[in-house]
Amino acid sequence: MSLLNVVDLNTSYGPINVLAGVSFTVEPGETYALVGESGSGKTTVIRAIAGLAPAQDGSVTFEGQEIRGAPESVMRPLRKDMAMMFQDPVGSLSPRLTIRSLITEPYRIQGMKDRDLDAEAKRLLAMVNLPTHFADRYPYQLSGGQARRVGVARALALEPKLILADEPTAGLDVSVQGELLNLLNDLRERLGLAMVIITHNLSVVRHVADRMGIMYLGRLVEEGTTETIFNNPRHPYTRCLLSANPEPDPDARLERIALKGEPPSLLKRPSGCEFRERCPFAKDICTQTPQWEMNGDHGLRCLAPLS
Amino acid sequence: MTEKLLEIDHLCVDYETGRGDLKALRDITFNVNKGEIVGIVGESGCGKSTLISSILRLTAPNTRFREGEIRFKEQDLLQASERQMRDLRGSDISIVFQDPMQTHNPVLTIGQQMLDIQHRSKQSKADKLSHAAKMLGAVGIPDPDARLKQYPHEFSGGMRQRIAIAMALMSEPDLLIADEPTTALDATLEVQIIERLQELQREFHCAILFISHHLGVIAELCDRVVVMYAGAVVESGEVREIFHNPKHPYTRRLIECDPGHIKERARILPTIPGEVPDLANLPGGCIFRDRCDQAMARCATEVPPLDQLKEGHHAACWLNHAEATS
Repeated sequence: MSLLNVVDLNTSYGPINVLAGVSFTVEPGETYALVGESGSGKTTVIRAIAGLAPAQDGSVTFEGQEIRGAPESVMRPLRKDMAMMFQDPVGSLSPRLTIRSLITEPYRIQGMKDRDLDAEAKRLLAMVNLPTHFADRYPYQLSGGQARRVGVARALALEPKLILADEPTAGLDVSVQGELLNLLNDLRERLGLAMVIITHNLSVVRHVADRMGIMYLGRLVEEGTTETIFNNPRHPYTRCLLSANPEPDPDARLERIALKGEPPSLLKRPSGCEFRERCPFAKDICTQTPQWEMNGDHGLRCLAPLS
Repeated sequence: MTEKLLEIDHLCVDYETGRGDLKALRDITFNVNKGEIVGIVGESGCGKSTLISSILRLTAPNTRFREGEIRFKEQDLLQASERQMRDLRGSDISIVFQDPMQTHNPVLTIGQQMLDIQHRSKQSKADKLSHAAKMLGAVGIPDPDARLKQYPHEFSGGMRQRIAIAMALMSEPDLLIADEPTTALDATLEVQIIERLQELQREFHCAILFISHHLGVIAELCDRVVVMYAGAVVESGEVREIFHNPKHPYTRRLIECDPGHIKERARILPTIPGEVPDLANLPGGCIFRDRCDQAMARCATEVPPLDQLKEGHHAACWLNHAEATS
């Protein structure tokens, strides 16, 4: 049984259809990356899974239990097993609580009163390589990288089975980014964590994700193992995204595929293939609506795929 | 013959704080030639922002210029009056800020804002508007005349950043300072902005001082690179020299850390362990030595000078000192 099963998830805010049927699964211990441009719906997907954003239609099952639209009384005990790492590391920490209170808050919320919170705080800080005296600090006394690690400690406090991580390395310096990714990789191996990770940094995806899904306008357009997607992207949008990754080498010869124009408005979704107006490879057939097709573990929504 | 536009000469800038002076910039020396794109790369706390605000003199009240000069077209900006600085800003030197969502005034149309920044011009309003439309077209905004009537919220993030670039270039400045202009944008938009900057630079021949911590962007855009660490220049040189033949251990490690450099999936990514030293309480010797895997006895006691290793390539590291002097 998959740990997380998302089927045809739909979210609308009034007339704006933010998610138009998103489906994917995450196995225990697996890392799944969602990539795509700003506004493609990545954050909404994981917020809807965690019950923090509405989802009017579709299904989210976690360990076989349906949780879409579940009331807080059902979600709260589940959050022990499903933790969230928010995008803004400092903004997601209450400025008035000490680091000790922040990282032990999950125990209090879950009513685990028998725990020695001081000892837990020490254990968690050590796990994310922060000195124990940080327990008495406040969020404003931390650097961005340290605040990230507090966010990781808090997400790991209850030893969840799944972490939903929204841009976990955004705003970090490269030297610190590696540290955080190594930490996540290490914890995943030791604790058997599964992760859904959102990032627009494709270089990061290559090093952490087992599988990845590419989102465009609230839909998956391609999905596959990280290796397959990097070596053999078949959707033109995926190809464009991969080619847009600037290389740290002034002599890199880039076969860059330029995207035309801007992402269309969600209020006026284009007919046929929604990417066709920006697609450098669009053909006549693309005025028809492409369906999602799975070929082994490689999923694709394109009528004129690249070889 | 290259003509010097901006010369930073032994610049030292402190912030006065309750804990004593925070030495934010120490002995910064580099220059930007006319029509050249120079990248400044460095991590949080390396002094990039202090450097830009010092050039434009948009500094916090506790800033103290201790030593050195900032010469723009041979005029020492540190000696310039506030009035002279105001004349320079937005006409000879322009800036594009990091966050395109907060650069524009949300309650004025883009057209009105583009009119406002032409307040020095004696042209008619109609001419100013057509100039504004032409600039929007130059940065690739379709249907510029109609777009001038719209408000910032009606544009996407990538478009807003291109509008900010259009506004910065309206007065045809000699120097454009771009402060991490692509950090808030995703990869496809980042590439659009870089390509647009390259085109505009060819068209307007302005020099660009491009600040970023994204090595990929620096490698793609810049002619020369200045690497900063903890308030000092540790290396500078031609972009190829810096990326292919880095002479300072910090530069080398920084390039190694970039996950874009590692093509195969790595279980453990390289990092630079340790932390940036406290600028209010600087250790003696080389500032990078605590994090350096090649540190020697000498590094603990003597500050390495910024040696010229070959024409245009400088590095501040004792490892190269013999090579530089021989």
